[in-house]
Amino acid sequence: MSQVHIKTKINGDNIEFLCDPEETLLDILRDKLHLTGTKEGCGTGDCGACSITLDGKLVCSCLVLGAEADNSEISTIEGMSNGEKLHPLQQKFLDHAALQCGVCTPGILVAAKSLLEKNPDPTESEVRYWLAGNLCRCTGYDKIIKAVLDAAKEMRG
Amino acid sequence: MSPLDNTYEKQFKVIGTRPPRPDGIEKVTGKAQYGADLYVPDMLYAKILRSPHPHAKIISIDTSEAEKLDGVKAVITSKDFSKFSENKPSDTLVNCIAHEKALYDGHCVAAVAALSNTIAKSALKLINVEYEILPHVTDVDEAMKTDSPIVNKGYVLENVPKGFSENVTSYYEFGHGDLDNGFNNADLIVERTFKTEAAHQGYIEPHACLASMTPDGKADLWCCTQGHYNVRALCADIMGMESSQLRVTPSEIGGGFGGKTTIFIEPIALALSLKSGKPVKLVMTRDEVFKATGPTVSSSMDVKIGMTKDGIITAGEAHLRYQGGAFPNGTVEMGAQSAFAAYDLKAVRTKGWNVLTNRPKQAAYRAPGAPQAIYAVESVVDELCQKLNLDPLEIRIKNAAKKGTKSSYGPTFDDIGLIATLEAAQKHPHYLAPLAENQGRGLSCGFWFNFGGDTCVTLNVNFDGTIGVTEGNPDIGGSRASISQMAAEELGISYDKVRTIIADTNSLGHNEVTDGSRVTFAVGLATIKAARAAIKEMCKRASLIWGIDEDAVRWENGSAIPAGPNAGQFDPMSIEEIAALSSQTGGPIAGHHEVNAEGAGVSFGVHLADVEVDKETGSTKVIRYTVFQDAGKAIHPSYVEGQMQGGAVQGIGWALNEEYIYGKDGRLQNAGFLDYRIPVASDLPMIEPVILEIPNPGHPYGVRGVGETSIVPPLAAINNAVSRATNIRFSELPLSPPKVLSSLKKELKDG
Repeated sequence: MSQVHIKTKINGDNIEFLCDPEETLLDILRDKLHLTGTKEGCGTGDCGACSITLDGKLVCSCLVLGAEADNSEISTIEGMSNGEKLHPLQQKFLDHAALQCGVCTPGILVAAKSLLEKNPDPTESEVRYWLAGNLCRCTGYDKIIKAVLDAAKEMRG
Repeated sequence: MSPLDNTYEKQFKVIGTRPPRPDGIEKVTGKAQYGADLYVPDMLYAKILRSPHPHAKIISIDTSEAEKLDGVKAVITSKDFSKFSENKPSDTLVNCIAHEKALYDGHCVAAVAALSNTIAKSALKLINVEYEILPHVTDVDEAMKTDSPIVNKGYVLENVPKGFSENVTSYYEFGHGDLDNGFNNADLIVERTFKTEAAHQGYIEPHACLASMTPDGKADLWCCTQGHYNVRALCADIMGMESSQLRVTPSEIGGGFGGKTTIFIEPIALALSLKSGKPVKLVMTRDEVFKATGPTVSSSMDVKIGMTKDGIITAGEAHLRYQGGAFPNGTVEMGAQSAFAAYDLKAVRTKGWNVLTNRPKQAAYRAPGAPQAIYAVESVVDELCQKLNLDPLEIRIKNAAKKGTKSSYGPTFDDIGLIATLEAAQKHPHYLAPLAENQGRGLSCGFWFNFGGDTCVTLNVNFDGTIGVTEGNPDIGGSRASISQMAAEELGISYDKVRTIIADTNSLGHNEVTDGSRVTFAVGLATIKAARAAIKEMCKRASLIWGIDEDAVRWENGSAIPAGPNAGQFDPMSIEEIAALSSQTGGPIAGHHEVNAEGAGVSFGVHLADVEVDKETGSTKVIRYTVFQDAGKAIHPSYVEGQMQGGAVQGIGWALNEEYIYGKDGRLQNAGFLDYRIPVASDLPMIEPVILEIPNPGHPYGVRGVGETSIVPPLAAINNAVSRATNIRFSELPLSPPKVLSSLKKELKDG
């Protein structure tokens, strides 16, 4: 089967690619575009390491076909900081030592950003339930939750 | 002064602070390169064909159709490895690729390298394997019976007692004192049988590597691993290479917890690269990680403990039966050694049997062997306390191992922090906080030996006076920050003047794997010694400039100064000044240290767990959790806390939900994160860490490893909490909702 021509906007840039019909958006991001900040932990939508936003909606990119992304706007971890300036969530993750191995971190940051856009003042429980789809095996989540709550506070000003 | 020149009484400036980690920004921006993140020109993608049978003879493998597929560049089977070595293939190789038999569901039988993942996947379907299916066994007790199918012949050691099948490969025994006399002196004896299922380390990053091998026998290998020197040793042996010809570079590592201390796919990628003449990337799927990489052992254990009515343990005995898959391992030995480590006992005996089954070869997982054994012992101690109406913390303090205790596994303990840790738990508000209906509180001690081992560090003083530390242990939890802190502390400079990197296998001598909670201890020790060597050289350079004797110079606050008034009057010469002149005073300055580090210092911890059991569903919620652990000296307290919290949550997962579920067909039923359920954020409360600091005499700053002990106590702490909340004594993990519910129903029915 021939490849499909897809036009997208990724982190603000117009990007076009060709993909096999069965290729996932995660495979495209990583293998074709080399945006490897988006990680593959399971390939079945269970771990959240491949979290991105697709037209503003938080999704697991392993559950989206590359072909589905035509004419869409995609945000990945690579688009989160602004030049030298880290997003408050990124800075708070460093301040709170909220990562150990760091492989789940991009997905958790993308998911947390999506939460704070919808709910700038979440409770601890709301953060825990929102991030329940993002597995972290190193930290026990404690410092992650504290970092997100602290970032939310700072962003509210 | 002691031979180690210990300085843990001094006031630290950098140690104990919480600076940002050097790899932090890369990791929060997605720039950090993990095992699967490297792409090189002309690279192929590899996929593995795995056996669907738990035990089967491989009659033939026909790869011809796969080889014909457009875009396929190489296909290999075990036959491709026979040309590298005339020796009998090692267990490691046979685990990487099945030779005569497939030994477990998911055992690799062939592999393909192709232009894309899609083509490689299609090619797997064209490989035709003819199997002769053999009877299988996956349960430890079944596998020990004389009529069990035999998994793998020829492994039984001489000291194994008679009366078992050939699957029982090794036997261990530890202890001292008169057990019969001890039990005779007890007012109450509790004896129970326990079972635990295998848990997977569950690192979020699947195994991944990229290999490039040339026909002249040279190769480069990039992979995620806890120990690239071990990867080199194992792969060089399998590939018939000299170590110097194989350079292994570790990527960032997305979690390991012991599971990345060995190899699974690296020889496959090397052989495919050699055969195809191109670089080959091989990344496991999650399904493959569950089926074919190391989970823990599963266990079946009998524990018998006697206690007087005022709470003195008179005797303890444990029989441990561990299965660790289709190849022998020594994990049960560590279980038998650690079972009673927290206690000062007159009479103690532990026995352990290792058993082969048709399951994947177990790999280390945080304190391997200890969580199971200590879960069983600590559950019985709690039951004795409950039945004798004694305070479980007081009883543990009363019987606690301390300096001078002859441990249950032989050695006599030096300074240990168990009693201080127990007392900290006793004084903590958590211990006396009220509980509501359906809630229970459990506690458990934990123990781990900690290791040192072969370690090399080079510390370079750059011309501008900044420091480059080169070490050889992959950083799995912030160790680069801790190593930089120790270098800065010793040199008397600020943290931001030091950058620590992890070198490839050609840049340093052999470094033991990042395991055994050894890195902050052993690499830290070598870094301090390397810094001292550099300081000695810098003092010498200052003496040359000042024209005074080398011994008349000493080091203080990042500068060389005259040692005393008789040495002469000179202004302090800073590290920057000495470095800037180094080219004129003898050349670049460096310090290095190579050691087989001893004196790691054992580690103890105590956990308090409060749970609430939903009696309608059998579901258990952890509502409060506190970890008390002796860190010796916390170099970077945030990462020490992180080890304590992370290990505790892994143990909570093991206690409540995580388990390998095998069907009657010997196939793994839950090879994915949906059905193998690790804890998620909404399952948990905050995990409060309480760091104790009882210095380890074996480290200049008093460091003890902290990485592993934290996974040990949760199994019994949760079991004891659930048992107290429901008034039912549970003896099988995990305490998953169906299991708890059926016990609750049975209790209700039995009245």
